[in-house]
Amino acid sequence: MTLKTEPFVLNVGPQHPSTHGVFRMRATLDGEVVVDIEPIFGYLHRGIEKLAEERTYTGVIPLTDRLDYLSSMANNLGYCLAVEKLAGIPVPERAQYIRVIMAELQRIASHLIAVGAFLNDCGAFMTPIVYMIREREKILDLFDMVCGQRLTYNYMRPGGVSQEIPDEFLPALDKFLKQMPGWIDEYDQLLKENEILLARSKGVGTLSQELAISISASGPVLRGSGIKWDIRRADPYSIYERFEFDIPTGTVGDCYDRYRVRVEEMRQSLRILEQARQQIPGGEFRSKVPHLIRPPVGETYAHIEAPKGELGFYLVSDNSIAPYRCHVRAPSLLNVTALRDLMIGWKIADLILIFGSMDICMGEIDR
Amino acid sequence: MKFERYGIGIAKGLRVTFKHLFRRPVTVQYPEQKLHMSRRIRGNELIWDKDKCTGCATCAKTCPQGVIQVITSVDAVENKYVVEKFEVDTGYCISCGLCIEACPYEALYMGYAYERAKYRREDVIQTNEQLLPSADRLRSGYMYPEIAAQLPRQTLLLERITEEEE
Repeated sequence: MTLKTEPFVLNVGPQHPSTHGVFRMRATLDGEVVVDIEPIFGYLHRGIEKLAEERTYTGVIPLTDRLDYLSSMANNLGYCLAVEKLAGIPVPERAQYIRVIMAELQRIASHLIAVGAFLNDCGAFMTPIVYMIREREKILDLFDMVCGQRLTYNYMRPGGVSQEIPDEFLPALDKFLKQMPGWIDEYDQLLKENEILLARSKGVGTLSQELAISISASGPVLRGSGIKWDIRRADPYSIYERFEFDIPTGTVGDCYDRYRVRVEEMRQSLRILEQARQQIPGGEFRSKVPHLIRPPVGETYAHIEAPKGELGFYLVSDNSIAPYRCHVRAPSLLNVTALRDLMIGWKIADLILIFGSMDICMGEIDR
Repeated sequence: MKFERYGIGIAKGLRVTFKHLFRRPVTVQYPEQKLHMSRRIRGNELIWDKDKCTGCATCAKTCPQGVIQVITSVDAVENKYVVEKFEVDTGYCISCGLCIEACPYEALYMGYAYERAKYRREDVIQTNEQLLPSADRLRSGYMYPEIAAQLPRQTLLLERITEEEE
């Protein structure tokens, strides 16, 4: 006798703690196995690209804070680079260094949340993420000291940064740089060799190199598949060509590789921070920029290596005080297109795991 | 799915968790125990220096949210603008601080206080006298290093942990 079975449609999200935001997946299941998955997004759409068209070039910066709210500094940097490229604004040396320090601190903070949330999805419930949030809190303290806000920094400006860093910042940064490697070692000790984690994430959700390139994935998702591609090296922006750092890559592109790539990237970011800390020169923190920037007619595209991947800003100017068009190339949106290929054939429990390993930020996908 | 090495990794991980039992907690009991905020904190209110303000409305033009409203009249005798109404709808304010940066006469400041929840929606809209500095409405050092130097030093989680270990 054969039992008649039919596929079961399960709605994951939009209000689900493991979807890291308001992401919805319509999963078709055959028993416990995922046979089809349809990502549905748009629940966090705020029309940031459209809003940018009616704000001044400086006024768009608070909006970019709200794209990927876990890495506001990186968003600020990407946008300011685009405006500087468009309007030909020079950036003083010291401002470049401050920006690099902020961007790398932000990378560590974002990866801490990514790794913590991934481990949380693996079943290491709450302990690792709370440890990592504690470390992130120290970085947020530093950001708070510099710009007065913990999440929406609004710190960088076209032509530099908004304020000089306070006197107590660099000593605090030194302390952070002294402590942080030990904390990362501790996290490794905590779960790197954990048998349950290995069993759950090794070989799960393998992203092949061909697929990763064809969906134009970027960031740790791409590097986890073993492709050495980092905008900081491939197309150096700001002053990244002066720093020595390695690009960690994975081997097979499974969830475990993506997790390891993020942890290694934190170490590399610390290396960059050490160098930037030693090299930081004195001088101006912002070049003279008119209050209302009117870039010449034209268009530009500037991209940076944000914590989640290649973040690009495409700006079109019509010589007015507001951008004619502002398009954001969000890394999360392009990385999430791999979901269907990664998830089909895996169990429903792995679905959450694979999704967690992608490190998605909904603020960036929906914009 | 092999369960190799008989749980050495789990034991290692548990050692870290066990170590944490003997560390002092890093959290504080908020309403009773308060930390010093950043000297540059962008608290959720604006502070307005009436004497310095000329009514140029640069802040209103800069504000990305459009929450600042400035209404002026002309004083023909002294040949200057008189600010009749300076209104901030703090309910829509995103605390970006661009108005502070834009003010050419150093007449606007961010607030240092952060517990500013209101019971009624009308209270959120603040006009003229409600925006002036007072004893419980301290000015933050955002964009003003000289004010920042007078404020208490920010409590850093980083330092609290180091002090305990040393």
